[in-house]
Amino acid sequence: MSRYFTEEHEWVEVDGDVATVGITEYAQSQLGDVVFVEVPDEGRALSKGDDAAVVESVKAASDVYTPASGTVVEGNPALEANPALVNEDPEGEGWFFRLTLADASELEGLMDADQYAAFVAKL
Amino acid sequence: MTINQSGWRPEMGGSDEATQATFTGNRALMLEEPLLFEIGSTRTTGVDFDDAPEAPSRLGGMERKDPIGLPGLSEPEAVRHYTRLSRQNYAIDLGLFPLGSCTMKHNPRLNERMARLPGFADVHPLQPVDTVQGALEVIHQLAHWLVTLTGMDSVAMSPKAGAHGELCGILAIRAALEAKGEGHRKVILVPESAHGTNPATAAFAGFKVEDIPATAEGRVDLEALKARLGPDVAGVMITNPNTCGLFERDMRAISDAVHGVGGYVYCDGANFNAIVGRVRPGDLGIDAMHINLHKTFSTPHGGGGPGSGPVVFSAALTPFAPLPFVEKQGDRFALIEEETAGEHHAGSFGRMVAFHGQMGMFTRALSYILSHGADGLKQVSEDAVLNANYVLRSLEDVLDAPFGGSGPCMHEALFSDEGLAEGFTTLDVAKGLIDEGYHPMTMYFPLVVHGAMLIEPTETESKAALDQFIGALRSVAERAKAGDQALKGAPHFAPRRRLDETQAARKPVLRWKAPQPAAQAAE
Repeated sequence: MSRYFTEEHEWVEVDGDVATVGITEYAQSQLGDVVFVEVPDEGRALSKGDDAAVVESVKAASDVYTPASGTVVEGNPALEANPALVNEDPEGEGWFFRLTLADASELEGLMDADQYAAFVAKL
Repeated sequence: MTINQSGWRPEMGGSDEATQATFTGNRALMLEEPLLFEIGSTRTTGVDFDDAPEAPSRLGGMERKDPIGLPGLSEPEAVRHYTRLSRQNYAIDLGLFPLGSCTMKHNPRLNERMARLPGFADVHPLQPVDTVQGALEVIHQLAHWLVTLTGMDSVAMSPKAGAHGELCGILAIRAALEAKGEGHRKVILVPESAHGTNPATAAFAGFKVEDIPATAEGRVDLEALKARLGPDVAGVMITNPNTCGLFERDMRAISDAVHGVGGYVYCDGANFNAIVGRVRPGDLGIDAMHINLHKTFSTPHGGGGPGSGPVVFSAALTPFAPLPFVEKQGDRFALIEEETAGEHHAGSFGRMVAFHGQMGMFTRALSYILSHGADGLKQVSEDAVLNANYVLRSLEDVLDAPFGGSGPCMHEALFSDEGLAEGFTTLDVAKGLIDEGYHPMTMYFPLVVHGAMLIEPTETESKAALDQFIGALRSVAERAKAGDQALKGAPHFAPRRRLDETQAARKPVLRWKAPQPAAQAAE
């Protein structure tokens, strides 16, 4: 399994042809307390860069983009009842959605953990 | 000689007991106020009604059997309740209201006097038009001045507020595209710094929204915009002056480029106050723009209101404008509606509202325009820009101004949270301002600036009022930079301390429940 990061502060973890997407620790710290999350429905077809989910904190509402094209397998059902999971464990239990990848090569330009850490350090 | 036995002077002592609890919970004239349901009893009413006559029920057994539990207050209890609550509010009539993007200017009392004239205030939208000629003339005159001030071709008066006006403009663009057989154009380009209502409007009208990036100086990136333009683009939505408080200098080039590929230009006119009388949007190639009468022409939220968002159109979009509108026919005014529009307005996309718009706001806006005159309106925008620049330059040594180097700002000054002590945020600065007796500025908007603080003083503030506000914000900012822990607990002097916004959103209490009487609770 390998994990990639985007400049929009999403992470994507690939296991076979299924990718799990969430937002990073840095993103949750910037958002502040998350109070609402909307995840995509199963079966929704997404193109790379599409708005896939919405995350709303006490400060602002933001879109979460999909870092790769594919079909949604499931949205994280736990987030609706407990959006605080995004703050508590953004890169684990607070994942947003899973999708089957249409084209794994779309992930090639993304950052690894070290590159992302360096990217965040410059912000 | 008489001696004032109760004459008290500070040196006599006893003045440090402000923290002492009172029997009532009141703090002098700042009164605690229970909920409406906690006052009086359901057996009380301020009005004596006759007993309801016996009538056969048609509810088929669905009648309510339990008491309805409405609050029961006498008239003085009701009057006091709302008067007390109003004293805990902050309003433009109490002080400077620095909400950026809201143009919280003073609402001249002359407007109110005009709007209350019975010939305007008491008319009904279904009255025969022969009996409301004066009201129609007001709408017609105001429409004339809005078209003149914007250099546009026509105006739809009926939209009820800014976002409603946006929708009106975008629907006209959609109708124009469909009339040309170009309904396949599905993309609306919107800058990242736009009001959230812009992308929401475009999406609501069935378009796909794409971001336009900004340059480092905070303006639309013209080259990036040009690179994205193509046959799928329906149009752009640009706010000018933009939400970073900057004039979009390339607006004419933006319009030309969008028109060049067959798209339309929508301008969010929320910030028109900075340029009214000095720039005509029609000269910038704009096809549609809403005007917030309740911002630019006084009567802001809580200081008049409600909203009203007429939309001005270019000649290209005029045929698609919504009904109704007022037309002068000889020496009388006619209301052009579906049955009277006929051939000469066959392209109208429909209607935004059932009737004619916000009559009270039309009267106030016309009163504002006529009482200021052309020179007065010019001075309004000049003074609004001068006041905002005074705030920007007076505070940029203590607060970070991300676009301070991009030239003069327009009507609003924008700061970021850069340089505040570790753990201190824009929210702390805002709460500190409450203790200083000010409504906070707009915060965390625009999203392109980290911890944004957007301040729009408007032209109605005097230099003395601005100096006091600047002094207050400087003091709070210095405390936030020094890491003053007391600021984390602000506000200290408001009727309520800092509220838990997270819990309020995650576990909102939306329904009041009567406390259980002790005897019942024990059962």
